[in-house]
Amino acid sequence: MSVITSAIGQGFLWGILGLGLFLTFRILDFPDMTVEGTFPFGAAVCVAALTHGVDPFVATALSFGAGLLTGLITGLLYTKGKIPILLAGILVMTGIYSINLRILGKANVGLMNEKTLFSPQFLQALPDGFASVTLGMIFTLVIVTLVSVFLDTDIGQAFIATGDNEKMARSLGIETDNMKILGLMVSNGLIGLSGGLIAQNNGYADVNMGIGTIVIGLAAIIIGEVAYGELSLTARLVAVVVGSILYRFVLLIVLKLGFSTNDYKLLSAIILAICLMTPLFKEKFQVVKLLKKGIEKP
Amino acid sequence: MTKPILELKNINTTVNIGTSEEKRILKDLNLTLEKGDFITLLGTNGAGKSTLLNVINGSLSPTSGKVLMNGEDITLLNDVKRAKYIAQVFQDPKMGTAPRMTVAENLLLASKRGQKRGLKLRGLSKHMDEFKQATAKLPNGLSNRLNTFAGSLSGGQRQTLSFLMATLQNPDLLLLDEHTAALDPNTSEQLMALTDEVVSNKDLTCVMITHQLKDALKYGNRTIILHAGEIVLDVKGEAKKQLNEKEILQYFEK
Repeated sequence: MSVITSAIGQGFLWGILGLGLFLTFRILDFPDMTVEGTFPFGAAVCVAALTHGVDPFVATALSFGAGLLTGLITGLLYTKGKIPILLAGILVMTGIYSINLRILGKANVGLMNEKTLFSPQFLQALPDGFASVTLGMIFTLVIVTLVSVFLDTDIGQAFIATGDNEKMARSLGIETDNMKILGLMVSNGLIGLSGGLIAQNNGYADVNMGIGTIVIGLAAIIIGEVAYGELSLTARLVAVVVGSILYRFVLLIVLKLGFSTNDYKLLSAIILAICLMTPLFKEKFQVVKLLKKGIEKP
Repeated sequence: MTKPILELKNINTTVNIGTSEEKRILKDLNLTLEKGDFITLLGTNGAGKSTLLNVINGSLSPTSGKVLMNGEDITLLNDVKRAKYIAQVFQDPKMGTAPRMTVAENLLLASKRGQKRGLKLRGLSKHMDEFKQATAKLPNGLSNRLNTFAGSLSGGQRQTLSFLMATLQNPDLLLLDEHTAALDPNTSEQLMALTDEVVSNKDLTCVMITHQLKDALKYGNRTIILHAGEIVLDVKGEAKKQLNEKEILQYFEK
């Protein structure tokens, strides 16, 4: 039972990363590789702050701030420096690796008895694994609400339009460069926050914890979409979180099948590749029709 | 005396400067648009029509020369800044609308053309009646599709929407870049009729690029022919009415 609770908890916390990635991958419509640097950066900043006796709330806020910063740098390289987004993200991600080593002082720093967001008594009193579920739910609820209200404002609509049709957006007087920078900042802010929360939950930060995070974030988005199909924007945000939890379940099943955690990255990549190809399968092999035929009585 | 809406002074544009491909497109071009002018702009491919439009809308800055809007120098303002004064309908129906946003959402975006957009709730539902009215007279049933994604509309509907979006806020200057060229003859004719009606009802100043000589003769009060980067014909009013196809074709053969 506790394995499932812990999977749900992890699903929520990683879901925040999925929400961040959704803003760039789905709304601005480009892949932002910064993620793989931002996630460990948020974790490193948070853990370093905690080990220096900083209040857990402040440390968590700092991990969000760290993400804002990396998003800003990628955004400036992309819009003002005219570097293609993929390369801009990879440059920032690569650079941050050294910064993370500087911040942590070594490759891996564990939290010993430092207070974290998970320390308060009422959370510790809960059965095993429920602390992360509770905190994860609170955070995702607040974030989904804030993001969906933001997208419904004038500036939020301008942000959506930028990703949807840049030429039109410019012709309507929307500063598309600023929208892209804003989107990258908020997106990476959420990813940094996710890194900070997961580091507190796992009890350590590692400079290599960013590897493969973009695949995990995309998996949350794509699984949510495959599971739900056409939805309103707010519902799509919720679907990302649900997708993130479903993805954890898939990993659980894979583990039960006898694979080791070492195989996670390969399996993650395969799962995502299959999910990304589902629209193709639907067209090419008419899966739905075949399935229906299978159920029909002869 | 009122200032002209737009003045172009000694505009030169050269592309690929410093390479073997260097080419002068617009050559010492001067043009003045008075309020209410409805110009049909003709010219062969490569004459510089699109370049001229891009210099006006700010997406291309001229190599030399000045652009004045209502007497104000706007040469250094980019396309985003000029959106306050200038609206454009592109040739490609896909260019003028956001496909994953609904018709109403597109209209709401356009109703704030060139305005500051802040963290205020957009209030889409408050505007629905207004959009219903704005689309009611249109030929192709847009008023029933306000909640449809623009990407699922037909080409004609999308282009009608683009046109409505461009004229919603009464721009100082409306640019039409062969906006009916991608449509079938019937739809094209409908949109041209709508264009004429809206431009004259709202007393808009408009530059329309077209390859349809018939349209160029039928619509507008002024015709300009561009050839190899220079204005070779600029007629207005009575003289424009006297113009015929044969005469126009002579300028094309030069």
